[in-house]
Parts: sequence; structure tokens; C-alpha cells
Amino acid sequence: MTITLHHYLVISALLFSLGLISCVARKNAIGILIGIELMLNAVNLNFIAFSRYSDSGIGGQIFAVFIIILAACEAAVALAIIINLFYNFGTIIVDKADRLQR
Amino acid sequence: MNNLGFNFCFYSAATLVLVTAIIATFAESIVNAAFALFFTLAGMAGLYLLLGADFLAVTQVIIYVGGILVLMLFGVLLTNRSIATLRLETSRSHFIAAGITGAIFFALLLVVISHTTWKYESSKAPSLVETIGTTTPDPAPKPLLKDKNELSPTTAEIGANLLTKYLLPFEISSMTLLVALLGAAYLVRRRET
Repeated sequence: MTITLHHYLVISALLFSLGLISCVARKNAIGILIGIELMLNAVNLNFIAFSRYSDSGIGGQIFAVFIIILAACEAAVALAIIINLFYNFGTIIVDKADRLQR
Repeated sequence: MNNLGFNFCFYSAATLVLVTAIIATFAESIVNAAFALFFTLAGMAGLYLLLGADFLAVTQVIIYVGGILVLMLFGVLLTNRSIATLRLETSRSHFIAAGITGAIFFALLLVVISHTTWKYESSKAPSLVETIGTTTPDPAPKPLLKDKNELSPTTAEIGANLLTKYLLPFEISSMTLLVALLGAAYLVRRRET
């Protein structure tokens, strides 16, 4: 039995759903960030699988490079925001950070 | 490497990714979730290798495993007074609701995947196994697929493309990275009020 495009797509769909669950269910801000990383990786896997199983050249892999760059930016800024949240509220449970003013 | 060996590699990488992703999603302690994410990302690098994307596999290991995950652990440690008592504080009802959402979403994706006619797959895209050449070639290979029959290192091609066809997105993303890192460093300054 040969591995086809469908195998990768199903893995990617599962990963994306797990990331979605983590994003929705977690209250800890870092848990939400972990969910976002899972979803970004699922999308990357999709891009690379399509790049491999189609004749569109290497464009999918280059798109994946840009996604990795943006994921690095996003993680850095998100962690800065989380640490600021901790300075201001003393917690990173997002339900407890519900005031716009101090 | 024959067909069996390739399948074994694929299924072990896929199992690693999915099991650790489930742990990262449902673990009660956030440190456990972060370490499970480590193995998920490493397994993703293995899947990229099986897809013939060697440059991306290495990039994944360096940036995700070496950078983002360490950053995340720093975040965990900086925002908690004691990691022994760390909990994610998610109630069971939240997980049930989110699980239903995720299951519905996954079912939707499955329906889309199985009902779409993939244009290139019908013309028998060769797998990695056939590219190595242990199996017999197709009786009627379609000329639609060009050069998919040998795996080659992708680094040179990605580099040439980044500096020619994709030069503008490349420069924009480098500026984005610079601005994001400066912004992050500015945001975490502790202000003396």
C-alpha cells in the first residue's frame, strides 16, 4: 500500500483539529499559543504535501518557509504580550484578564 | 529502502506526531504540554523528510525545536512562581465543548478531502519509493508530472527562488521579523513607574 496525498491530508486535518481544540479549550495563554503552533504546523504539512504531489514546482515549500518565519514572529510577540499580561495582572489565565484599564 | 520500510517510517512518524499532539492538547500540566509539543515538532520534521523537503526539515528543527519551543518554556517559567503547582485550569466541560467542535471540524475536513477530485493524484503521482527505483515503472507514465521521479536536494532551488522570483516577499518578511523582534524586546521591558 503506497502512501498517497490523502494520508498526509488526513494527518494534517487531525493536527489542525487538535490545535483548534487546544485553542478553544485552554484558559492559559501559553496553552493557546501551543494550539496555534499546532495549527501552523498542520498548514505547513499541507503545503509541502501538495508541493510534492503536484507538478507546481517548489512554490509550496517556499510558502512554508514564509509561514515558519511568520510563526517565529508571532511566537516572539505573543510571549512578550503574555509576559506583559503577567506583569499587569499577576496571572496568564486569560479569563482573569478582563479589564481594559488598570 | 523498499516499500515496507518507507511505510514503516511514515506510520511511525505519523503516530509520533498524532500521539504527542493529543498529549499537548489534553495534558493537564503546561510543562507536559510544552514537552509533548517538542516531539510533535520533531516528528513533523520527519514527515517533511519523507516528503522530500530536506531544507524545510532542518529549518523546522532549528527554528521550532531550537527557537520557538525554548522561548515558550521561558515564557512558562517567567510567568509562574512555581512549576510544581502549574495547572492549565481548564474545566472538563470546556474540553467536552471544544472536543465536539474539533470533531465536527475534523469530520468536515474529511468530507472535503474524500469528495474532492485531486487533479494530479489521478495521474498517479509517484511516491518516494518509486523514485528510488525498486519498483517497476508505470507502464504509461504521464508526461504531466515533470522530474518527480528523482529526489534532489532542494536547498539550492529554494535559495535561487528566494532571491529571484520571491525576492519581494523575502525582503518584506525579513523586515517583518526585524520589527517583530524589536517590538517584542520593547514590550517586555519592565517599566519603572
